[in-house]
Amino acid sequence: VTSPQPIEDLLHELAPQVLGALTRRNGRFDACEDAVQEALLAAAVQWPDQGIPENPRGWLITVAGRRLTDELRAETARRRREDTATSLAPLEDLRAPAADLDQPSDQDDTLTLLFLCCHPALSPASQIALTLRAVGGLTTIQIATAFLVPEATMAQRISRAKQSIRTAGAKFSLPPENERAERLRVVLHVLYLIFNEGYTATSGPNLQRTELTGEAIRLARDLRRLLPDDGEVAGLLALMLLTDARRPARSRPDGSLVPLAEQDRGRWHAESIREGVAIVTETLSRSRLGPYQLQAAIAAVHDEAARAEDTDWPQIVALYEMLARIAPNPMVTLNQAVAVAMVHGPQAGLDLLATLDADERMAGHHRLHAVRAHLQEMAGDVAAARASYRTAARGTTSLPEQRYLEGRAARLTGGSDSA
Amino acid sequence: MPVKYVVLIYSNQATWEALPGAERDRVLGIHNRMIKELTESGELLRVDGLAHPSSTKTVRIRDGATVVTDGPFGEAKEQLAGVWAVECDSIERAIEIGAPVAEYDTVEIRQLMDLSGLEM
Repeated sequence: VTSPQPIEDLLHELAPQVLGALTRRNGRFDACEDAVQEALLAAAVQWPDQGIPENPRGWLITVAGRRLTDELRAETARRRREDTATSLAPLEDLRAPAADLDQPSDQDDTLTLLFLCCHPALSPASQIALTLRAVGGLTTIQIATAFLVPEATMAQRISRAKQSIRTAGAKFSLPPENERAERLRVVLHVLYLIFNEGYTATSGPNLQRTELTGEAIRLARDLRRLLPDDGEVAGLLALMLLTDARRPARSRPDGSLVPLAEQDRGRWHAESIREGVAIVTETLSRSRLGPYQLQAAIAAVHDEAARAEDTDWPQIVALYEMLARIAPNPMVTLNQAVAVAMVHGPQAGLDLLATLDADERMAGHHRLHAVRAHLQEMAGDVAAARASYRTAARGTTSLPEQRYLEGRAARLTGGSDSA
Repeated sequence: MPVKYVVLIYSNQATWEALPGAERDRVLGIHNRMIKELTESGELLRVDGLAHPSSTKTVRIRDGATVVTDGPFGEAKEQLAGVWAVECDSIERAIEIGAPVAEYDTVEIRQLMDLSGLEM
């Protein structure tokens, strides 16, 4: 009996290769994707008992090929029943995989699959679900569990996503050169969203959810292997590693949040920090600057401070200024205000925050009130801080954030909650 | 990213009972069509219809004693009759989901809290 973890890892690794090989040959991405999913499920059941086959990739291609043939035969029969007049081309038998199917392709299919699953015709939620299944090799139930929705809902989303890809006329090939940069930006954003879903999950009962960070890091590593010269791919991987490194300290066992300044830095993951810092240092020295690289650089400055009071805030301010220049965004301004306050005092931070009041994207956003509350507290304006914490607490839809914000407000009244 | 909402459907029994059969069927048809549409779009998480309000038990603990009374809490004419849990891309979409069944009923849309959070 082989232990399940190496089998699962192997299946995740082989999933995009098998799907790529099958789709390259058959062209029907939607049908191939279903067939590969069934083959993965069959392997997950059979391999732990019977052992990993000598050629696991070939095994999966053969099983998926059989499923695909069965499905396409059934489809042809259905169509024939519906319209007997239509003459159909003879169906190619995929039962025995041809030799070329059994060889990894020169150009890695994983990249093509990532572009396809992150097709701009799909909503972010669909892009995420399809990427995790088709490229990540996760099962529908694993994805559904991670996103806290019923399996049937997730299955329907995945099927709709594939339908949208078909409707959009997308082909199993790399996007044209002139679209490549924009399409890559979407792929990076999808990986970032997957990471965030896992990272923001507090240490609750749902472990599958937190495993999304590992999945996102794995996919980002894959992407970096395929595009080693892209600075933003490296930047995103570094950002994930440097953020994930703090995960053991960011929440307590009861799920409550620990702010960065109060985290036990001894619990941070030193190896991830070392790797993230090495990647961001290397890429900043040779690539064109981008938002992920800058965010990774900021995370690196935080991670390299042994104590919160050792944080190099002037360096962080400088990095946020660059980030605000190349990728202006109210969330950037929000974080920039915190850094500015640490260097130039709370009033300077509050002044910067005031520029967001007119911004429709931020109007009434709970994080704006939360940051303002912190800066007001720093400035000694207890009454204003307490009111801002309360406003922020009403605005968030996150239970741990609400609990944290209410706690801060209560602390300012000396624990007695009179207001 | 999609957000989870509940669509709470409040119904006035007297209004419903006064409706002609054909009209009631038409409105129920809209319910069924919406549920089918939401199932197919992958937005529906679950759907529940509630039994008649007369079977409701209301529970309170007062002065250490558990008090159970028959019938719903409060005297409102409109009582909760159905709950849909959906996940969709915006509050605008959630309103669009709830609106078709609000002809005779009152529909309330509430966002759900989640356990995810960002340290500040």
